[in-house]
Amino acid sequence: MLTLFYILSAITLGTAFLTIFSKNPIHSAIYLVLCFFSIAGHYLMFNAQFLAIVHIIVYSGAIMILMLFTIMLMNLNKEGEKSKNAWSQIAAVISFCLLALVLLATFIKAQQPEYNYATKGADFQSIKVLGQVLLNDYMVPFEFASVLLLVSMIGAVLLSKKEHINN
Amino acid sequence: MEEAIIIEKSVIIIAVFALTMLMAMYSTLAERKIAAWLQDRVGPNRAGKGGILQPLADGLKLFAKEEFVPNTPNKFLFFVGPAISMSMALMTSAVLPWGDKLHLFGRDIILQATDIDVALLYVFGVLSVSVYGIMIGGWASNNKFSLMSAMRAASQMISYEVAMGLSIIALIMMTGTLSIREIALGQNGMNWNVFYQPVGFLIFLICSFAEANRTPFDLAECEAELIGGYHTEYSSMKMGFYLFAEYAAMFISSTILAVLYFGAYNYPGMDWAEKNWGVNIANVIGIFVLFIKICFFIFFYMWVRWTIPRFRYDQLMRLGWKALIPLSIANIIITGIVMLLVD
Amino acid sequence: MAIETISLSGKKKEVSNKKMNFWESLYLIAIFKGLMITIKHLFKRKVTIKYPEQTRSLSPVYRGQHTLMRDDEGRERCTACGLCALSCPAEAITMKAAERKPEEKHLYREEKYAEIYEINMLRCIFCGLCEEACPKQAIYLTKSRTMVKAQTDREDFIYGKDKLVMPLDMAIKNTQNQAAN
Repeated sequence: MLTLFYILSAITLGTAFLTIFSKNPIHSAIYLVLCFFSIAGHYLMFNAQFLAIVHIIVYSGAIMILMLFTIMLMNLNKEGEKSKNAWSQIAAVISFCLLALVLLATFIKAQQPEYNYATKGADFQSIKVLGQVLLNDYMVPFEFASVLLLVSMIGAVLLSKKEHINN
Repeated sequence: MEEAIIIEKSVIIIAVFALTMLMAMYSTLAERKIAAWLQDRVGPNRAGKGGILQPLADGLKLFAKEEFVPNTPNKFLFFVGPAISMSMALMTSAVLPWGDKLHLFGRDIILQATDIDVALLYVFGVLSVSVYGIMIGGWASNNKFSLMSAMRAASQMISYEVAMGLSIIALIMMTGTLSIREIALGQNGMNWNVFYQPVGFLIFLICSFAEANRTPFDLAECEAELIGGYHTEYSSMKMGFYLFAEYAAMFISSTILAVLYFGAYNYPGMDWAEKNWGVNIANVIGIFVLFIKICFFIFFYMWVRWTIPRFRYDQLMRLGWKALIPLSIANIIITGIVMLLVD
Repeated sequence: MAIETISLSGKKKEVSNKKMNFWESLYLIAIFKGLMITIKHLFKRKVTIKYPEQTRSLSPVYRGQHTLMRDDEGRERCTACGLCALSCPAEAITMKAAERKPEEKHLYREEKYAEIYEINMLRCIFCGLCEEACPKQAIYLTKSRTMVKAQTDREDFIYGKDKLVMPLDMAIKNTQNQAAN
């Protein structure tokens, strides 16, 4: 199990770095897809089948395909990208260092979780239990998420209709 | 016991794999034969008796063809495309039940590679990933027609996946499970889902035509506009993989249709057969019944192909987004209301 | 009768742009009808002729490979007059005449005969003008009942007398048939 975890982690980290470093935007998108797959593998190792599959459907199956779609159609292969000016580069480095500092601090200060997970004997990988938890205990956040999605959808429709409104 | 399970599962997996390949192979022959018969022709009849060896001849021909690789900066992705298509087409069969169970060597053998809790979602996951095969292949071909066709195929598959998922929700609401085995078990006798979910079945059927890139939704391979579609630049066995994957996908989606809506391996009188002839015989008949259903759907795919002309792209999108999705949402609501009323 | 209403084939159908009602706009019934039409063809008799095993019966006026005819006594009719070569629009026919020797009387009907008679089948368009031009009824395109076979070599398409002259046994059979009648 541990070797599997190491292999998966290596793939996740490797593809994540390649996503950033590869010059070709399509390659970078494909590396990101691989990264998502390995994350789904991590979920499977937690015995979270539902999460793993939904992760694949939503991220690899829908979002990344749409992203690839746009990249392929926009033809970003040309060397038209201008490098940013010095100030923004310095600003980026500084903000990254700050973020890294904060993250490091939290990880160092963080204590080992000492929760005792309540063992009710329920099968937590079963979607039945998951559905009950989601729609009983976390009903409001769940519905808020759907409202958020609806808002973004309406926004997208509005953006695509903008030209017609101006005319 | 542990070894027994491993052996049992590997036998089932290999059998299913071989079966999928065989069915895909003979689907190519069936396609040509049925096309010919529907057009008052005879079809291929030279290789073997009545053309029975034609798929082998076709395969041999494809193997012998020149392995042409276009001048593309992405040779690796060019090879990856057909591989993804093929493996995704074969992966779905892992969660499909081919029969209830056999009682052999003193143990019950479930005729399914694996019975996971989220089997239906798994099918959808594999379906959505299979778009990558077409997209990557089409893009790596370095040919604008291939790219355009890949774009078409991808947008079509994404659009119809939505309607497909929504149509299946009504079914899940009714059966209360995502496990395909339990859905199959619930359709005992003539208790087939198609009688309870006719609209859902219709939507699912139309969407599976679109997902399999078959006529009337085969815009990705529209010869008049796009040369040969996303596999224009492919030759030899890489091309064969794409074609093979298409037929394997057709077989799998026929199986899904038969299992989800047409009672899987159930047939009227199965309980009686089980009581009088034993579990094994009843289930072997069940497997045959399932195959008859699958073959009917494969035939239906081909039958429709030679009946309905290809849709225009805007018609396809209008049908998907403006007709099928609202209809499937209405179907969900009506199913919910009826379920509440019945309770 | 107005010109718009005339239907020469009897299959004319009036089309209209009327608005479809709900059921028609679903197309389901139309698709079902279409499916029924195609399935009917599945059970129809196939019109294909499986060629090498079955051959299509030739029509009586079918023009195939030429035959240089023999008369009732088995003598060649051709007198090498050259009218066929003259009439040929494709210039496919060449010949060389020779004078008949007294001991060859049983072979050739006329005093002059074609020593060499060649038709280039690549040039021939099978129009049948040679047949019409022949004053001796010596060349026919309808008698051999064979088609000119495909070859891989251009030389092989030049048919000499060995291939064109009617075989003797065929001439004998013809004579016997005539005697019987």
